[in-house]
Amino acid sequence: MAAELTPTSYINHHLTNMTTTVGDGSFWTLHLDALVMSVMLGIMGMGFLWLIVRKATPGVPSKTQAFVELLVEFIDSQVKNTFHGNRHVFIAPAALTIFVWVLLLNAMDLLPIDIMAWVYEHVFGLHNWRSVPTTDVNTTFALALSIWLLTIFFSIKVKGLGGWMHELFCTPFGTNIILWPLNLLFNMIEYISKPLSHSLRLFGNIYAGEIIFLLLGMWAATGVSGAFFSAILGAGWAIFHILIVSLQAFIFMMLTVVYLAMAHESH
Amino acid sequence: MNINFTLISQAIAFSVFVWFTVKFVWPPLLRAIEERQKQIADGLAAGERGRKELELADQRSSDVLKDAKQRAADIVTQAEKRAAEIIDEAKSVAKVEGDRIIAGAKAEIAHEIFSAKEELRQQVSGLVLTGATKILRREIDAKAHADLLTAIEAELK
Repeated sequence: MAAELTPTSYINHHLTNMTTTVGDGSFWTLHLDALVMSVMLGIMGMGFLWLIVRKATPGVPSKTQAFVELLVEFIDSQVKNTFHGNRHVFIAPAALTIFVWVLLLNAMDLLPIDIMAWVYEHVFGLHNWRSVPTTDVNTTFALALSIWLLTIFFSIKVKGLGGWMHELFCTPFGTNIILWPLNLLFNMIEYISKPLSHSLRLFGNIYAGEIIFLLLGMWAATGVSGAFFSAILGAGWAIFHILIVSLQAFIFMMLTVVYLAMAHESH
Repeated sequence: MNINFTLISQAIAFSVFVWFTVKFVWPPLLRAIEERQKQIADGLAAGERGRKELELADQRSSDVLKDAKQRAADIVTQAEKRAAEIIDEAKSVAKVEGDRIIAGAKAEIAHEIFSAKEELRQQVSGLVLTGATKILRREIDAKAHADLLTAIEAELK
């Protein structure tokens, strides 16, 4: 691989998932790296929360418990401002899961990409192993589509099938039968654009961040001055990326809460 | 960028994590936080109650103090009055006693005077009788004048 190192092969190497085939056809392939990384990080994140919460005391909290409570109350207050039902049953814990998980998945972007590639290659013997599951559009679509299905589920659950149909055909323009196709079209566009924008926003931001790191890595390969400037710019981009990583996790969580809250409200 | 089975597997992973958080992470922490909120509210209420009770106790203690002062003053006044009474009583008792003693002494003195007089009178009458006897012995029969003498004696008494 080192012999044919060109910019194209470098970027291709870093943007290729490790795949395994689980059936016939191109759909039945699995990005092992995205799945394993996200499941591992999810277990780490949720497991950490669970370990702390299991020993949670109403008395004087430990520092770790105080940190977890800070996180939980931050999420809870965000949800409270948006959703006015009983948020503790589902929406608030779901928002916590999404925030923690997406934050951890995004944060993998801060790992030095070539060092990690070396570690995967030489320590674990894995060729083509990508660290950041949210740079795989499958991951972000999986989240967005799950939430999309949940919004439909909650719409039907709260308003009934008739209420939901009424909403599809009679909002936002009016109940006149002439307006029904227009209303339906409008709602269809909304229902399609929601999961698309939801998932592609996250995917695009994190993917672009990774591409910038890759370009800086390529520059570093050109010589001493390239290595020097790309190190400085890479550090700057990584620091800025801390903001993007947490901001995108927050936006993804907030949009989830907003969509689920909208599903609960009748127009 | 191709959609494949990863999407479904990630969706399954996502739902498992959400289920886990809904079931095991959120409720215990929420319980702990709510329990603490309740404890803090209770503590604040208890503090407020304590403050009110302290205020009440302050008022009660000042009332009790005032009452005690009043009673002490009353007792002192009564004691002073009683002391004055006792002094007056003692004075009158002493006066009566003194008068009695004086009267007794006066009676004694009168008695002494009377008995002294009596004695003197008897002695004088004795002397007179003796003298008279001596004078009369020579010439008067005692027996003959005994009646007379007895009469004189009686008169002298």
